Amino acid sequence: MAFRLLSMIAAALLAFAAHAQPQPIRIGAFLAVTGPAAFLGDPEQKTLELYVGKLNAAGGLLGRKLELVSYDSAGDAEKARTFAKRLIEQDKVDVIVGGSTTGETMAVVPLAEAAGIPFISLAGAVVIIEPVKKWVFKTPHTDRMACEKVFVDMKARGATRIALISGAGGFDKSMRAECLKVAGKYGIEIAADESYGAADTDMTAQLTKIRGTPGIQAVLNAGFGQGPAIVTRNYKQLGIALPLYQSHGVASKEYVKLSGEAAEGVRLPAAALLVADVLPDNDPQKKVVTGYKREYEARYKSEISTFGGHAYDGLMLAVEAMRRANSTQHEAVRAALESIKGYVGTGGVVNLSPTDHMGLDLSAFRMLEVRKGDWTLVK
Amino acid sequence: MSAQFLQYLFAGLTIGAIYALVALGFAIIYNASQVINFAQGEFVMAGGMATVWLANAGWPLPVAIGAAVALAALLGLALEKFAVEPARGAPVVTLIIITIGASILLRGLAMLVWDKNVHALPAFSGDAPIRIGGATVLPQSLWVLGATLVIVVLLAAFFNRTLLGKALLATSHNRLAAQLCGISVRRVLLVAFGLSAALGAVAGILVAPITFTTWDVGVMLGLKGFAAAILGGMGSGAGAVLGGLVLGIAEAMGAGYVSSAYKDVIAFLVILGVLMFLPGGLLGARASERV
Repeated sequence: MAFRLLSMIAAALLAFAAHAQPQPIRIGAFLAVTGPAAFLGDPEQKTLELYVGKLNAAGGLLGRKLELVSYDSAGDAEKARTFAKRLIEQDKVDVIVGGSTTGETMAVVPLAEAAGIPFISLAGAVVIIEPVKKWVFKTPHTDRMACEKVFVDMKARGATRIALISGAGGFDKSMRAECLKVAGKYGIEIAADESYGAADTDMTAQLTKIRGTPGIQAVLNAGFGQGPAIVTRNYKQLGIALPLYQSHGVASKEYVKLSGEAAEGVRLPAAALLVADVLPDNDPQKKVVTGYKREYEARYKSEISTFGGHAYDGLMLAVEAMRRANSTQHEAVRAALESIKGYVGTGGVVNLSPTDHMGLDLSAFRMLEVRKGDWTLVK
Repeated sequence: MSAQFLQYLFAGLTIGAIYALVALGFAIIYNASQVINFAQGEFVMAGGMATVWLANAGWPLPVAIGAAVALAALLGLALEKFAVEPARGAPVVTLIIITIGASILLRGLAMLVWDKNVHALPAFSGDAPIRIGGATVLPQSLWVLGATLVIVVLLAAFFNRTLLGKALLATSHNRLAAQLCGISVRRVLLVAFGLSAALGAVAGILVAPITFTTWDVGVMLGLKGFAAAILGGMGSGAGAVLGGLVLGIAEAMGAGYVSSAYKDVIAFLVILGVLMFLPGGLLGARASERV
């Protein structure tokens, strides 16, 4: 009897203690930390760890600590779905920031919609936010914006009849489709439309065909991975003198390294983060991107990528929304997200609204040109 | 028009020569053991990756290449010694599955030992394209073609002039009879694996400056090499070379004249067509069922 009483008191005390220590705010994540999309998930995971740690060191949020609950979905949509379910039902997270690839994101969208939990995706394709889904937001630019940015630049250089060469990957195909869709709007005619396989090692045949198409004024390569580097080298080998554009998919030093001298003069749209050092001081993003770059590189001793930046933006948007809502109640956070205007992130200046769950415009992209093996800002 | 044709031809010949080298590796092991070695592509990868790695560590390129080929040969020997030989009594299908397992292991090791990035090897003699009749060729393509030619000649000499080469041939014709003649079939197998691993590595090194190299570059090259070997006639050396070149040229012409989207379709249609009418492959043994 005495024992039972004692244990009841102990239990009550424990419950009280647990109550006195406020529950942490739980940030759920599922990222492709390993597998073929590891180059996306790895910097995303590192970024989330880094900044959740920093936020906690600065006193947390709403008087509570943050806790990161992260799973490795290995780029697999099926796993992503399982982990998202676990995040929602078992871990009871307050917000989900994750989904390195479009496939993973789209597999989780129905779960987030049904459970009514704010979900900020880190994947690229426009289908994530179009049509607008009540609970789903995203931070990276879309491939459509990349097409538009390139087309604007082409027009400025007087090229309206162009060739498109694209790979067979998901990113490549999606971007090709978006480019074809918006070309007309910008007065661009796509006169040649070639493709190559994911593991192809020689694109001279496709490029020779493009060279043989009359009246071509510029070439755009919608591609990802090593394919674009091979295209760039073959382009140089064939001595094609037309301007060559690449996509934001290869906006990394690796592309420049692989392509070598052949990359000279190639243009591509990319996030400000990549050129943090050469941004003018009055650029609105200068402070954010140099800050993120410094923190990340000091902690992990490896070069930043735009992908880690997407995770930074996702986390910061979630934090900002909770701060504005002054709660972690799902609907309040969601509504707060939609009200965010003028948030300066690594991906651009974000103006969210009930009809725009990405909030970026073309100014988020900078047109870069490779000169002497490094990026330079065009204009 | 003819300049275009020439350009497609060069592209096809270059990649075809690489397919041929990979196919030769398949043929050698198949002859010695009836096993289709699905780790062949991983030898290609190991050659390229090891060279890049050693070259980055400051080794002169020729030394790095030699060491990488030796390393791949060692891998081949190890595969035979520690995976194939212990299972020598097992059916051929089991052995083939062992090689698939080995290929997955080797890819995993490459990711751990090296990294997951794509690497480019500097071209052996510069990147300045050479103009031939309106088409352009990279000096590296000439290296690929030249080296393939030299290797084919050397292999022919090896099989026809040396005792070891003849022992290999004898084993491929009739294993039991070879054994009864005093040929150590076990040693022959070891040599076959080492040799084909070295061949694969050479192919991997030759293409690394053109196509780059990474931990999974062997998957597609291995598959294409296998297709080339089947096309030429499994087990035939000349067939492997012919199969590789036909496959490479079919791909390039298909991409150039028909549609790049159907490039692989065209290549595999050619293979299907050939196998439909010549089940043994272009130069394979005309099937004569022994009863």
